[in-house]
Amino acid sequence: MPITHASKTPERKIDPSQPLILVEHLDFAYPDGHVALRDLSLEIKQGEKIALVGPNGAGKSTLMLHLNGILGDGSGLRVGGLPLNKQNLPVIRALIGLVFQNPDDQLFSPTVFEDVAFGPLHMGLPEDEVLERVKEALAHVDMNGFEERLSHHLSTGQKKRIAIATVLSMRPYALILDEPSAGLDPRARRGLIHLLRDLPITMLVSTHDLRMVAELFPRMVIMDEGRIVADGQTAKLLADEALLDAHGLEKP
Amino acid sequence: MIHNNLFDRYYATESPLHRLSPSVKVLLTVFFILSNALLPDGHWIGFGISWAVIFLLNWVGQLGWGYTFKRSFIALPFALAAVTAIFALPGKTLAEFDVLFWHLLATDAGLLRFFSIVVRSWLSVQVAILLVATTQFPDLIHALEHLRLPRMLITVIAFLYRYIFVLSDEVLRLLRARQARSAVLPGQSGGGTVFWRAKIAGNMVGQLFLRSYERSDRIYNAMLARGYQGHLRTLNRHAMHTRDWVILILSSAALLFLQIFTHF
Amino acid sequence: MLYSPTPLHIPDGFLSLTVSIFFWLITLVVLSVAVRRTEKLDEKQVPLMGVMAAFIFAAQMINFPVAGGTSGHLLGGALAAIMLGPWAGMLVMTSVVAVQGLLFQDGGLLVMGANIFNMGLLTAAIGFGLYKAAEGRTRAVKLGAAGLGAWLSVMAGALFASLQLWLSGTARLDIVMPAMLGIHALIGLGEALITVAALSFIFRTRPDLLDESKNAAQGGRGWVWVGGLVSLFVVFLSPFASAAPDGLERVAINAGFISTSADAPYSILPDYTLPFLGETGLSTILAGIVGALVVGVLVVLLLRGRAKATE
Repeated sequence: MPITHASKTPERKIDPSQPLILVEHLDFAYPDGHVALRDLSLEIKQGEKIALVGPNGAGKSTLMLHLNGILGDGSGLRVGGLPLNKQNLPVIRALIGLVFQNPDDQLFSPTVFEDVAFGPLHMGLPEDEVLERVKEALAHVDMNGFEERLSHHLSTGQKKRIAIATVLSMRPYALILDEPSAGLDPRARRGLIHLLRDLPITMLVSTHDLRMVAELFPRMVIMDEGRIVADGQTAKLLADEALLDAHGLEKP
Repeated sequence: MIHNNLFDRYYATESPLHRLSPSVKVLLTVFFILSNALLPDGHWIGFGISWAVIFLLNWVGQLGWGYTFKRSFIALPFALAAVTAIFALPGKTLAEFDVLFWHLLATDAGLLRFFSIVVRSWLSVQVAILLVATTQFPDLIHALEHLRLPRMLITVIAFLYRYIFVLSDEVLRLLRARQARSAVLPGQSGGGTVFWRAKIAGNMVGQLFLRSYERSDRIYNAMLARGYQGHLRTLNRHAMHTRDWVILILSSAALLFLQIFTHF
Repeated sequence: MLYSPTPLHIPDGFLSLTVSIFFWLITLVVLSVAVRRTEKLDEKQVPLMGVMAAFIFAAQMINFPVAGGTSGHLLGGALAAIMLGPWAGMLVMTSVVAVQGLLFQDGGLLVMGANIFNMGLLTAAIGFGLYKAAEGRTRAVKLGAAGLGAWLSVMAGALFASLQLWLSGTARLDIVMPAMLGIHALIGLGEALITVAALSFIFRTRPDLLDESKNAAQGGRGWVWVGGLVSLFVVFLSPFASAAPDGLERVAINAGFISTSADAPYSILPDYTLPFLGETGLSTILAGIVGALVVGVLVVLLLRGRAKATE
């Protein structure tokens, strides 16, 4: 049946010699005056898996919303060497897959298929390729055959997996995940950790789950009050009890 | 967690009726209701045939004979409004009542009309139940899209369906919290005045509104993050097969024949 | 019961084909304008209206005890129009009525045009129009206008539902009109109270959502006239129709709504006799018994439903 094509998202040309995500001196205040990010700089190379931790209100989610251009005017941000401007926006949104914390916000369609197909369809891909990518993305998160399921029939763990599939179907270069293990029971959390470990893709994951951080992420970034207060090897930072204490974190 | 079955009307099974194209089912449902509306008052043979068709479709749909009948009582309370039809038509007077200010004459024509209305409505409700029992709601939404309803309205309906479940969960939590806080001492009537109770309910509605509003912001962000640029694109995979066309044409012809039979 | 049907959802079979089609036509014309108008607004409208439709649906589950085991709950048309603007409010209410009819058989399909008109279009026009009339006034005046609009919107729905039933030959106007308006005068009171309380809650917590500049973008001053005229129609027609149904009937005949042909409510099948009863005294008795039985069964079913509702 007919697909309405507007325009196909242009081919992505990224410079492999550049960092995948580069944030330089980013400042941001919400319209109500609340300052959320102050002079923030961050570099993410291809293939890195990074944990983003810090207390609530530290600005983690605000930063994530900047990384694919939902907040901010694009200044201070480059993806694969591309500046974030109106022209590059569709490409960058396909490159950086953002998964929101609450899967009920991420899964807004009645069926799993429609949600996983949403990204590819809005990239302007033809029908066969959309179907192929849906299949592929569901296989990645171990949810083969869930196409016709209704979103409200899924368990929280299943919803989280499908939510990840909704951006994997865009074949992004990086996954940005907001609190993926929140609200999961131990078994579902374990399953999710295995999934994140096995996905061969660059990742920035915000979380309060320091045990998961220790297990999965070689590099860790700590944010507090809109700033990056520490950025380094996870093992080293987790050993620094004074640092953890100062930013309301608990040693796992 | 709210039990999902509360709002699910789909009866999951395999049947020819389940496999039929959703668009055909929607069209035939509307035609059937139209046919009911056109059946002459008191044509019991016509009503009987329609009823037999419903029973048969229950069986074809693997729902069990009484499936739609058992669920069809929802429209009956409304029949109270039609009771007045008994006294509305001139005809042979069967009985007289004086109720409050009204002098009521029950006539044979009125009674006939009343029964016809009730039967018509009963038949129509059953076919509508049959439609949602054999069609997943998302497929129904696709059918509406095929039938060229405005895209925007269909999208709103799709969102509505998705978030009924999420928001009614929130309502249940709010109601439970209200219940937990409204203790009543034995022997006393609790809960304050009607105004006070309405105010509490209104606050809950306001709270639910704000939560929903904020949720729509987050959903919009999630859509943007996946490339939404103001125009929704969908992939509608339900194609009409020859079988669907044949059934559509044959069934429509049968309904037409029923109309001709009952009117001449 | 979580989901309580209101007496405004007319099922299939209760409206004549003419009335059904007439109201479908009006509804379709208004909705096509609404779709065009909302498409011009920002692209955030679509998810907003979608979630708001689910909100109205869920908010209708929030009930409060009124008296004697009955409970009041929201219809929501006025609130939706005040918060989202008249056009978006109409689309939201349309999808609510559509899903209630399609999925829950609460309201019919052939008569859905009339149901959307009564519960979606009228309520939005009155609710937004009266609220708009209070533009520039104090918060208390605005809340008062919203409350009045909410009450009138329910009354308008009840008025039109009775008119439709009567024009279809389904009910006697002199009975159904006072009954519907009487019940809905109370239901409307609940609607008004909840609408006002919800609005004042939003005024307190997120006044930016009720900003007048936002409101102005959603609908112009013309809505004051639309809402005002519909309200006047309700205010004047209700007592007139209840007191002098014969007069209203004459108006309807003159306007061509009812003809004296076979479809007209009071003159249908003049010399008809029940074919299966014949013209004997026995038929009279039998018919009386059957009628009484049916009413009895209905009352029992109704009470059963009520008992289940309070469980």
